[in-house]
Amino acid sequence: MRENRAPGTWQTVVTVLRKDLLLELRGLETVPAMVLLALTTLVVFHFGLGRDTIDGQLAAGVLTVTLLFAAMLGINRLFVAEREQGGFDAFLLAPVDRSTLLVAKALALFAFLVVLEVIAVPAFGLLLLGPPLGRVLPGLVAMLVLGDVALAVIGTLVSAIAVHTRARDLIGPIIGLPLLLPALIGMARGVGPLLVAHGSSWPPGKWVLILALYDVVFALLSYAVFDFLLED
Amino acid sequence: MDQPQAIELRGLVRRFGERTVLREVSVSVPTGATLAVLGRNGAGKSTLLRILATLLRPHAGDIRVLGEELPRRGFAVRGRVGFLGHEPLLYRDLSGRENLGYQARLHGMTSTRVEEVLDAVGMRERADEPVRLLSRGMVQRLAVCRVVLHRPGLLLLDEPLANLDPAATELVAPLIGRGCGATRILTSHDPRAALAEADLVLGLEGGRAAFLTEPSRVDSDSVARLYA
Repeated sequence: MRENRAPGTWQTVVTVLRKDLLLELRGLETVPAMVLLALTTLVVFHFGLGRDTIDGQLAAGVLTVTLLFAAMLGINRLFVAEREQGGFDAFLLAPVDRSTLLVAKALALFAFLVVLEVIAVPAFGLLLLGPPLGRVLPGLVAMLVLGDVALAVIGTLVSAIAVHTRARDLIGPIIGLPLLLPALIGMARGVGPLLVAHGSSWPPGKWVLILALYDVVFALLSYAVFDFLLED
Repeated sequence: MDQPQAIELRGLVRRFGERTVLREVSVSVPTGATLAVLGRNGAGKSTLLRILATLLRPHAGDIRVLGEELPRRGFAVRGRVGFLGHEPLLYRDLSGRENLGYQARLHGMTSTRVEEVLDAVGMRERADEPVRLLSRGMVQRLAVCRVVLHRPGLLLLDEPLANLDPAATELVAPLIGRGCGATRILTSHDPRAALAEADLVLGLEGGRAAFLTEPSRVDSDSVARLYA
């Protein structure tokens, strides 16, 4: 291999993503905390609502809020190692496209959310949900993936803004929640009809489309502005 | 014919909020030469190095690094500069080898080069231990490896020998010392050591260039005034 040739975009994305996943595997700091928070929230809902089972829009709301809480934890921690251990500077000194950091971090957050949901969704089915999940699983997975893309892209953007501020723990939710609101509404409205006994097995096309559009718009917007966020 | 300049600064200004940290600093450093930057804490030494590394934007002045105008052509300078700041820029939960492997991939270098630099600083045996378990001196040696991994033409060294014992200092000398072949800008709180390493000396006082001269022309009074 020839030395000193600047790596390509996807090569850089894979390099940063691999490092992030390795750091999480070593430290086990973010994902276990996200899972614990989600399970605790579900348990609180289980007892707080005073009902054995829930379905429809209420179930969709509970699931969306639970995932949002856990996601906020991941979003807040996304750039902690870069800030505390000089990862930003090390990355900025390399001859690589700076936007690759956005892509890699969003993919890392997306991976964290998938792991979270692999545990939290069955737990939700056991603790709260009335109708069985099996039949609607493909539709639910599709909505969760679209929702995760929104959480990952907007979360990464917000986390990159917040990490340079002194009130970073506050800035994340203050900027992030309003930006995420349309996506979360879309997710909840799309998931609701799936969580009804003998209901539809696929989410309403309108909400799938809105969520997908929101993902695309924010992905492009984030890609366009991310470079500027890394400037001092 | 004029010697090519690795660094050319004209009227460099940098502010942090209301505070001006660098005021109209002008200096030229020929390719392959060493500039020692002296000054007490807060004089602007680290800020100067971070601007040259493209990590900070200047607020005024003309800056050329390795022939490229900053900040406009910053992307052309990245990857050609080795920056050793106060922090080692290494992930604590990763091993030295993993950290350097990550850096090597970002700079398009091979794993052979990683082993080469680890060997050079005598860290091959401890390279698989997490950085958080290593002593400060060992972390500094790994940081030196990171800095020279991609064979940069310009080394920006902020207190490079901090935490290093005499044996480690000797080990890193071929990589970042006078004979390494790269242009060097180094800061030190030990003026005598810095003067011995330098071809040019810049004294910074409150962000201004108090003097810019050859080491042989720096008298002890000027240095004393700088740190008074």
